[in-house]
Amino acid sequence: MSSPPVARTESAQPPRPVQRLGDRIFSTSTLTAGALILATLAAVAAFLILQSTPALTENPEDISIFTSGETFWTYVGPLIFGTLWSAALALLMAVPLAIGIALFISHYAPRKLAQGLGYVIDLLAAVPSVVFGLWGANTLAPLVQPFYLWLTENLGWIPLFAPPASGTGRTILTAAVVLAVMILPIITALCREVFLQTPVLHEEAALALGATRWEMIRMTVLPFGRAGIVSASMLGLGRALGETMAVAMVLSSSGVISFALLTSSNPSTIAANIALSFPEAYGLNVNVLIATGLMLFAITLVVNAIARYVINRRKEFSGAN
Amino acid sequence: MAQTTTAPLQRSGSGVGPGRPNPAPGPGAMPNVYASGRLGKSVPWIVLGVSLLVSAAIFGLAQAASGGDFNVVGTIVLTGLLNGIGIYLTALLVEGARQAKDRLVTTLVTSAFIVALAPLVSLFITVLSRGTARFDIQLFTYSMRNIVGEGGGVLHAIVGTLIMTGIATIISVPIGLLTSIYLVEYGRGALARAITFFVDVMTGIPSIVAGLFAYALFAIFFGPGIRLGVAGAVALSVLMIPGVVRSSEEMLRLVPNELREAAFALGVPKWLTILKVVLPTSIAGITTGVMLAIARVIGETAPLLVAAGFTSNMNYSPLEGRMQSLPVFVYSSYVSQGTDAQAYLDRAWAAALTLILIVMALNLIARLVARAFSPKLGR
Repeated sequence: MSSPPVARTESAQPPRPVQRLGDRIFSTSTLTAGALILATLAAVAAFLILQSTPALTENPEDISIFTSGETFWTYVGPLIFGTLWSAALALLMAVPLAIGIALFISHYAPRKLAQGLGYVIDLLAAVPSVVFGLWGANTLAPLVQPFYLWLTENLGWIPLFAPPASGTGRTILTAAVVLAVMILPIITALCREVFLQTPVLHEEAALALGATRWEMIRMTVLPFGRAGIVSASMLGLGRALGETMAVAMVLSSSGVISFALLTSSNPSTIAANIALSFPEAYGLNVNVLIATGLMLFAITLVVNAIARYVINRRKEFSGAN
Repeated sequence: MAQTTTAPLQRSGSGVGPGRPNPAPGPGAMPNVYASGRLGKSVPWIVLGVSLLVSAAIFGLAQAASGGDFNVVGTIVLTGLLNGIGIYLTALLVEGARQAKDRLVTTLVTSAFIVALAPLVSLFITVLSRGTARFDIQLFTYSMRNIVGEGGGVLHAIVGTLIMTGIATIISVPIGLLTSIYLVEYGRGALARAITFFVDVMTGIPSIVAGLFAYALFAIFFGPGIRLGVAGAVALSVLMIPGVVRSSEEMLRLVPNELREAAFALGVPKWLTILKVVLPTSIAGITTGVMLAIARVIGETAPLLVAAGFTSNMNYSPLEGRMQSLPVFVYSSYVSQGTDAQAYLDRAWAAALTLILIVMALNLIARLVARAFSPKLGR
């Protein structure tokens, strides 16, 4: 190689590494790309805030998307409630199921099959959300409607199942089921990774003490994976909060705050409301919708930041990286 | 555990429990100390078969009484319930409480997997059976211009999807790849940590927020109400960049340090080392990551609905006018069904089938690339 000889300066200082032109260009461009990502995230926040301010500062009477006497906060309130409620329902269904599937793949299924079964669950993640929406509205909703009718007739005294049952089955529970199916692969994949990292010595020690397989899992795998389960659930929650099309297509909504799962008056979610209203929106209505998007952005940012914080703290002592 | 009445049975494996009823069949026969007090291997399957028969009988009688259809879903659900109860009780009687719990959990975990398979299977069957109605040549050769009833196709949507995803890839891959190189080869200290953290946070940006961002960005230059193909591409690249960064970073970290050190020892500059040694070694993994990222954004609906709008005309230019895409086509034909609703639904299902096939193909090719060329490391 014909590289120039390293220039020796004062012997007291360590020799400075040579900075070639190519090196300088290359390192600068990588640094620029990295900084660009930070700038993009800042720009997302900045543009959303910029476009949202008219919705908060203008006179609510001038904004046609509000019914009379409504302000931005009374408009967005039911939407935030619906977003949190549907995501919470989805999480409630998805997390136990995901832990079960992850355990099945990591500890119960035959070794040779395990990886293939993992791929099968990953297939769910590959299905586009709009297809889930189509399936939920056309297949799932008619399928569960008789069951909803039965629930309201026999268990209607529970506030969650208050009658009357929706005639189409397109209620918030159906939307939550679709959301649960959509976040299942994410939670499963992360849980599976964590469960597989359980130290084998711990497992073998538990088995050697005479524990059954379930006792071994409860003593070694689950305590080891607790932080992983929590952060996987948070990531799933973040995905469920922001999911748009499935909810927009499945849910038939009206702007109410209601915990009833099976009726035809359901709270909408922020994302679904934007998708449904944005194509026809004009003037200040656009700013209102962007302001609701800003709320969604803030909520998911907090949820994801907490999840990542938990994961990163865990990484340091599990040797998982 | 020691207080339970079934405790002696649990130790039956050792065969020394005093006063324990001997399960050996006849006098003189040696009891199998490993099998006695344990359920045989076939017992869980027998319990499953019995529960299937019982629930099929129950629903068969219900069908005969009411004259409706045979309830397959109900049969499967009842079979699962009966199987769980049956295996628990059987094991409780023969093996004791701890083993019974273990078997119950095994049943639960297995059923969790089957429950998750149910929507997957149902979804694929539905899409296949309803999507094939219009999965014909006309679908891939016509746009929706001047079509109100039957006929028409999704060519304009496929072209739009390809253009917008292509531009998004062109934007995302250089930025994502350079960032991952920065993180692996150069980045130290606070900035690198901040980038890592915010890339992770960026993964969680709701797709519709990315669409709103792209709209807000272009509305400043082009005025409100703007819908452009390139705006859709910007929205997609916001969603795509974090995926590319994460996967490429992982792949670059897999490159053994010895390779870098060998290049440095020969006097090769750092940038050439990265270009000629590190990148070629990890290129298969990076390709896989990029393809998976494309597969993820190609099905995105919400950002394109907001930023690129929908249209029934062919539009080759991302810089002027609205641009249709496959997912948005599915959504808009479902939401605004015309007078001939069945024709719109058929087209929506056929487009959904096309979309799924594209995504599956991308996933499959990505996995094949990864399997064929990846360095053999790890488990």
